[in-house]
Amino acid sequence: MSLLELDDVSVTYRIAEGEVPAVRGVSLTLGSGAALGVAGESGSGKSTLAMALLRLLPRDARVTGRILLDGEDVLTMKWGRLRAVRWAQASIVFQGAQHGLNPVHRIGDQIAEPLLVHNLAKPGEAGKRVAELLEQVGLPAWRARSYPHELSGGQRQRVMIAMALACSPRLIIADEPTTALDVMVQAQVLTLIKELVAEHDISLVMISHDLSVLADVCDRLAVMYAGRVVEQGPSREVFHDPRHPYSQALAAAFPTVGDPASRLAPKGLGGDPPDPMDLPTGCSFHPRCPVALEECPTLDVELWPAGDRRAAACVHVRDHGRDRVQEKA
Amino acid sequence: MSTFTWTRRKRALGRFWEDFRKQRGGLAGLVILVVAVTLAVVAPLFIDQGVTSVVENTGPRWSPPSLDYPFGTDESGRSILLMVWWGSRTSLLIGFLAALLTVGIGTVLGIAAGHFRGWIGAVIMRVTDWFLVLPSLVTALVLAAILGGSTFTIIMAIGVTSWPSTARLIRAQTLAVEARPYIERSKALGGGHWHITTRHVLPNVAPLLLASTTLQVASAIVTESTLAFLGVTANKTSWGTMLRGSYDWNAASYGAWWYILIPGLCILAVVMAFTLCGRALETVLNPRLRKAGA
Amino acid sequence: MTETQAPAEEVTTARRTLLEARDLHVEFASRGRRARAVDGVNLAVGEGEIVALVGESGCGKTTLARTLLGLEKPTSGTVRYGGEPLRYASRALKDYRRQVQLVLQDPMGSLNPRQTVYEAVAEGPRIHGLPDEADVVNNALARAGLRPPERFLLRYPHELSGGQRQRVVIAGALALDPKVLIADEPVASLDASVRGEILALMLRLRDELGLSALVVTHDLGLAWNIADRVAVMYLGRIVESGPVEQVLTAPRHPYTQALLSVLPESPERVVLTGEPPDPTRIPGGCRFHARCQVLASGKAAEAGVDARCRGELLEILPASAGAQAACYYADATG
Repeated sequence: MSLLELDDVSVTYRIAEGEVPAVRGVSLTLGSGAALGVAGESGSGKSTLAMALLRLLPRDARVTGRILLDGEDVLTMKWGRLRAVRWAQASIVFQGAQHGLNPVHRIGDQIAEPLLVHNLAKPGEAGKRVAELLEQVGLPAWRARSYPHELSGGQRQRVMIAMALACSPRLIIADEPTTALDVMVQAQVLTLIKELVAEHDISLVMISHDLSVLADVCDRLAVMYAGRVVEQGPSREVFHDPRHPYSQALAAAFPTVGDPASRLAPKGLGGDPPDPMDLPTGCSFHPRCPVALEECPTLDVELWPAGDRRAAACVHVRDHGRDRVQEKA
Repeated sequence: MSTFTWTRRKRALGRFWEDFRKQRGGLAGLVILVVAVTLAVVAPLFIDQGVTSVVENTGPRWSPPSLDYPFGTDESGRSILLMVWWGSRTSLLIGFLAALLTVGIGTVLGIAAGHFRGWIGAVIMRVTDWFLVLPSLVTALVLAAILGGSTFTIIMAIGVTSWPSTARLIRAQTLAVEARPYIERSKALGGGHWHITTRHVLPNVAPLLLASTTLQVASAIVTESTLAFLGVTANKTSWGTMLRGSYDWNAASYGAWWYILIPGLCILAVVMAFTLCGRALETVLNPRLRKAGA
Repeated sequence: MTETQAPAEEVTTARRTLLEARDLHVEFASRGRRARAVDGVNLAVGEGEIVALVGESGCGKTTLARTLLGLEKPTSGTVRYGGEPLRYASRALKDYRRQVQLVLQDPMGSLNPRQTVYEAVAEGPRIHGLPDEADVVNNALARAGLRPPERFLLRYPHELSGGQRQRVVIAGALALDPKVLIADEPVASLDASVRGEILALMLRLRDELGLSALVVTHDLGLAWNIADRVAVMYLGRIVESGPVEQVLTAPRHPYTQALLSVLPESPERVVLTGEPPDPTRIPGGCRFHARCQVLASGKAAEAGVDARCRGELLEILPASAGAQAACYYADATG
C-alpha cells in the first residue's frame, strides 16, 4: 500500500494582485520505503508542493484535492493530529542549513526538542537518543555539546537530517538538501540519505533542480513545470531518455563530463520560466518548446502513457505513444 | 528617457503614498504638521514681532481665556494665542535646522565610518562614542552659554550634541549596503569612494534618513524648549521661552493654568505629530528596505 | 569518462598570455591567525581562452579571482596584464578596469535594486566618461542577448528573470569593452534551463569579440561545457592544470580524481572524508596528503613516495599550457 498519495492537489496563493496558481492538479503516489524525486525550476511549484504535504504553507495559500498520508487526509486533519503527524510520521529537511538551526542553543538540545515535545523520550534518556542519532548521520556524539557556528556547512546539514530522524518518521521530505554544499560534501550527504532510506525503510520525497542528483538517489522522478507534473517515471529512464522536451532540456543542463556531445556545447532553453500570474494557454511549455506544434497553444495536455510506468504531458508522446519524441532540431 | 524615468518615479511615489495613507497615526501627525507649518509660515501676513512686546500690549494682565483672548493673557497683558502663534516660528525653525544639522553630520560621519573600514572608520567611531557618552543637555547648555544666545547658537548646540546616534544608525546601514555584491561590481567597474558612497550607499540609506530626520525634529524641539526653560534662549519668543516666562512669573500661583498649558500642549502636539510621522515612515519604508536588500 | 577525444596539442596551441598570476600569495588575518588563502599560484589566461578555475569553497579560488581583478592586493608575487605588472595606484587601477571585468554569482545581489537596467549598464561608461553612453548601453545589452534593448532599459532588477539579470550584469561588463571577463560562479544561482544559455553566451562572446575568460566554479560539468583549460585548486594552490579533455578524462592528481568520481553517473566513488582543511593550518608535505585516497590505500607506499608525500614540500606548478599535476605519486608512476 502506498504511504503517500496525492490526488489532484492544487495550491493557489491569494495576493493583492489576484490569484497565483502555484500547483495545478498534481497526482502522485509514493510507496513505503520508496524514494521519489521532484524536479523543476524556481516557480515550478515544487517547493510549494513539498510544504503542502505537511500543511506548512502560509495562510494565504488555498490547497484543494487530497493528500493521503497512510490513508489519512492531511488537509482535513485536526490541528492536534497534524502536530503529531509532523515529525512523528513525516518530517522535512530544508535547504540552507545555516538558517535552520538556532545559533544560541547547543546541537544536542535542538535535536532532543521534538523528542521531548512529543513525549517520545524522558529528559534523562534524550541524551542517549541524541548520541544515537548523531552517530547515524556520521557525527561523533560529543558534537551534541557544540553550537551551530562550530560546525561546517556539511555537518550542519547532517544535524538537520538527525533532527528530521529524531522521531523515527516514516517519510522524510528533503527540499534541496544539498544545494548550498560543495561537491564533495554534497556527495557525502547524498550517500548518507541513500543509506538511511535503505536501512531504516524510510520513504523519501526529494526536491531539487538538479535532475542528475535526483536520478542518483530516487527510484522515481516527477518533473514539474508551471505547477504541473509534465513527466514521471523510473528515474534512470526519465534522466537518460526523457520524453518531454522540458525534461530533455533539464537533463542536458547538467552535462556528463567526458561526453563529447556536450563538450564546448552548453545546452539551454530559450526564454524564461513562465509567470504564474500569466500562464501561457494550452501547454504551458509551448512558448519555450523547440518542437512545439501548431495545436500546442490551444491543446489541453494531460499525462499520456509513455512506456512502462511512464507518462509525459506532451502531444508528441500522445501521437507517437511509446516511440521516442523527435530529438529537438 | 528622462520623462519615462520621471513617470516611474511618480508611480513609486504614488505607491508610497498609498502605503502611508494606511498608517492612521502617521496621517493624523501629517495633518497636524501641515497645519502647524502653514500657520507658522503665514504668520507674518497677520501679526508681527509686536505681539511679543511688553510695551505695545496693554491688555488685561492674567486674564483667563475669554472671547477677546481665547487663550488668555500673561503677566504683561500679552495674548497667549498670538504669542504661541508667533513663537511657533522660532520653535519649528530651530527644530528643523537643528535636525538637518544633526542628520547632516550624522550621515557624513556615519557613511564615512561605514565605508572606510580601516583606521579612519575606527577613529570616527571612537569620536562618535565619545560624544555619545557626553551628557548632551549639559554640553548643549555649556556650548550655548559660551557662544552666547542666538538662534544660530542654539541650533549649533543641539546639532553638535545629538548627531552620534544618527551616525551609528547610518553606519550600520552603510555596512549592510556595502556587503552587497553590487558594491563589489561597482568597484570592479572602476567606481571610486565618491561614486560608491553617493551612487549606491546614499540612495539606499535615504529612506532611513527621512524617517530619522522626522524623529530628530521632534527631539530638537524638545531640546530647544528644555534649553529655553533652563535659561538658554535665542532672545526670541518660542514655546520654550514662554514656559520659562510662566515659571519666572509664578503663573501657577496666580492660577494662570493657560500660560503653562497652552505652550506645553503646542510642544506636545507638534512633537507627537513628528514622532507619529516618523514611525509611520519607518513602517512604510522598512519593508521596502528589506525587500530591496534581499 | 573513458573516451578521450581530440588530441590535447590542438588546444594548447600557443596563445599570447593576456592575464597572468606569478607566484601569487594572498594572506589574511583570520581569528588571530594568518590564513594563506592563495599560497603560491602561477596561472595564465591567454588571448581568447576560457580557463576554468575549479575547487571547493574555501580553497582560495574566489580570493585568487579578486586578486587578479586588483580588488585584493597580493602579499607577494605579481598580477601581470599584457606583460606588465599591475600597478595599484588608483589611476592605473581604473584603467585596468576597462580591460578586465567581473561577473558575480548572484545576479540579483549584483544589481542595485534602486537602479534601472539602463543605469546599471551605464554605470561603467559613466565612471570612465565614455562618449555616446546610450549607444554603448544599447550595444552592450544587444550583445548580451537582451534584444531589443529598448524593452529592458527602464526595468528594475526585480522585474527581470534570473537569466535576464545575469545578462544585464554581463552587459554592464561588456559596456567597457574589456578583454577579459572574470566570472565567479556565473550560473550557480540560475535555473537549470537558463544556465546553458548564459554559458553559450560566454562562448559566443569569445568567438565574436575574442573575449578571454576565467570562470571560477565548483562545477566540473561547467568546465567541460565551456573551458579550454582547467586548473584545479586545493587549499590555496593549483594542484592540477591542463587542457580540459586531458584533465577531466584522465585526471592524474588524486584530488581531481576524487572530485570527478563523486559526480552522479560515475562508476566508482571516492568520497573524501572530512571537510576541506583550514587555510590557517596548511599541512606540511603535500597539502592534500591528510585526505589523499592514494596515500591511504598504500599505493603511494608501493611506489615509494609516501615519505615525500608526508614530509616534502611540492614545487609550485608553472603557468604552463600543458597538462601537469603536483603529485609525487603521479610523477613516480608517469
